[in-house]
Amino acid sequence: MSPPAGGSADGWAADSRAAELCETALAGDRRSLARLLTAVENRTPIAEAALRRLYPLAGKAHLVGITGPPGAGKSTLVAALVGELRAAGRTVAVVAVDPSSPITGGAILGDRVRMQAYAGDRDVFIRSMAARGHAGGLASTTGAACAVLDAAGFEIVMIETVGTGQSEVEVAAAADTTVVLEAPEMGDEIQAIKAGLLEVADLVVVNKGDRPGAQRTASQLRAMLGGRRGQHGPPVMITTAATGAGVPELLAAIDRRRAEGALDDAAATRLARAEAEVRGALADRIGRLLAEPTLAAARETAVRAVAAHRIDPYSAADELLRTLVGPDGRPGSAR
Amino acid sequence: MTERPIKVLIAKPGLDGHDRGAKVLARGLRDEGFEVVYTGLRQTPEMVVTAALQEDVDIVGLSILSGAHMTLVPRICQLLQAGGLSDVLVTAGGIIPDDDVPALKAAGVSAVFGPGTTIAEVADYFRANARPRE
Repeated sequence: MSPPAGGSADGWAADSRAAELCETALAGDRRSLARLLTAVENRTPIAEAALRRLYPLAGKAHLVGITGPPGAGKSTLVAALVGELRAAGRTVAVVAVDPSSPITGGAILGDRVRMQAYAGDRDVFIRSMAARGHAGGLASTTGAACAVLDAAGFEIVMIETVGTGQSEVEVAAAADTTVVLEAPEMGDEIQAIKAGLLEVADLVVVNKGDRPGAQRTASQLRAMLGGRRGQHGPPVMITTAATGAGVPELLAAIDRRRAEGALDDAAATRLARAEAEVRGALADRIGRLLAEPTLAAARETAVRAVAAHRIDPYSAADELLRTLVGPDGRPGSAR
Repeated sequence: MTERPIKVLIAKPGLDGHDRGAKVLARGLRDEGFEVVYTGLRQTPEMVVTAALQEDVDIVGLSILSGAHMTLVPRICQLLQAGGLSDVLVTAGGIIPDDDVPALKAAGVSAVFGPGTTIAEVADYFRANARPRE
């Protein structure tokens, strides 16, 4: 994302801008908070400098993922949960992800349409994000955006994924609690036992509970979602987000997760998230090292050799890595 | 990635229900590579400005066909400035008489797009006039 702090003049400028934005954002300035999120989304040098400062302050918020197929009612349910939280005087942020066009890179970010009753309420912060080509239901920077909102002090940060199919399970690592939404009559019991999204659910919600078949869908899911090796499966609840029916019960179930230890430092999802973050940063740095201009000639040679099948891609990669870190594993001359 | 998409808020302030134009424009801008936040009908000026602030958009496009533009648009411009968002480009479209354009520009609107404007014209204008990136 950025040069290491204390490096170039640019790195210094980014660090001082990040310091300024963090200070004002933490003091409650929502515009600075929005600008930090933009920096994170665009992976500017300010982003990494800011995250270095904010990460130690994060970890207190309950990150709640809301996922499910397009049109299941995710945005409406998020809006209903926000209403419930605000009625109790609790603070909440929402990160709502919508897909980017694979053709033009453009996007329609339409989740706010269902969440607009909160103008002027400082304790609600809603931010849309385009997935920008990232598969898995989230944008690659969604986790970092949540860390920023977490550090800014929101008690609950909800992550609304793009409309998902069966295998966009990334939200399970990004969130402490994953709520999977289903609509009534979307499939039979075989759909419920297929691998994927339903396996990562901490809570399953059949939304549009006023539609015919909601009860039957819920009982089918209950029957089929028993846990592995005799453990309990996830609770299956029914909501009608548009009227608010079932929403207080859902919020109570979400809140119980904190008491159950889902937010502990050693909770499985927190460890998985930390691992993904470290791997991501590491991959990012290696990618940046490999993109160094000083390595251009070596890269070009390697690519041509592989294209001509003179060497295999694995040996070529080993050779490039040796150029980076040196044969003894210490940093080489590339930087 | 240094080239990131320009982020635009397309909003319909006030009490008119004619959102086809705004939706067509949102869709057209998507095809032009913009990230378009669409907030739907019946927005108060405060809702528009809250969305612009939280989303940190580069451009606000207001679609008004009700005739209330002389009330709503200056109010939105005022709130944007008060919220420290004076670097956000504000444009308006819909049914706005030519005679009203100078007053809207004085209030802070940078361009008014009337009927017959093509998506390409709007997209080109946005690209040429959006605030510089941080």
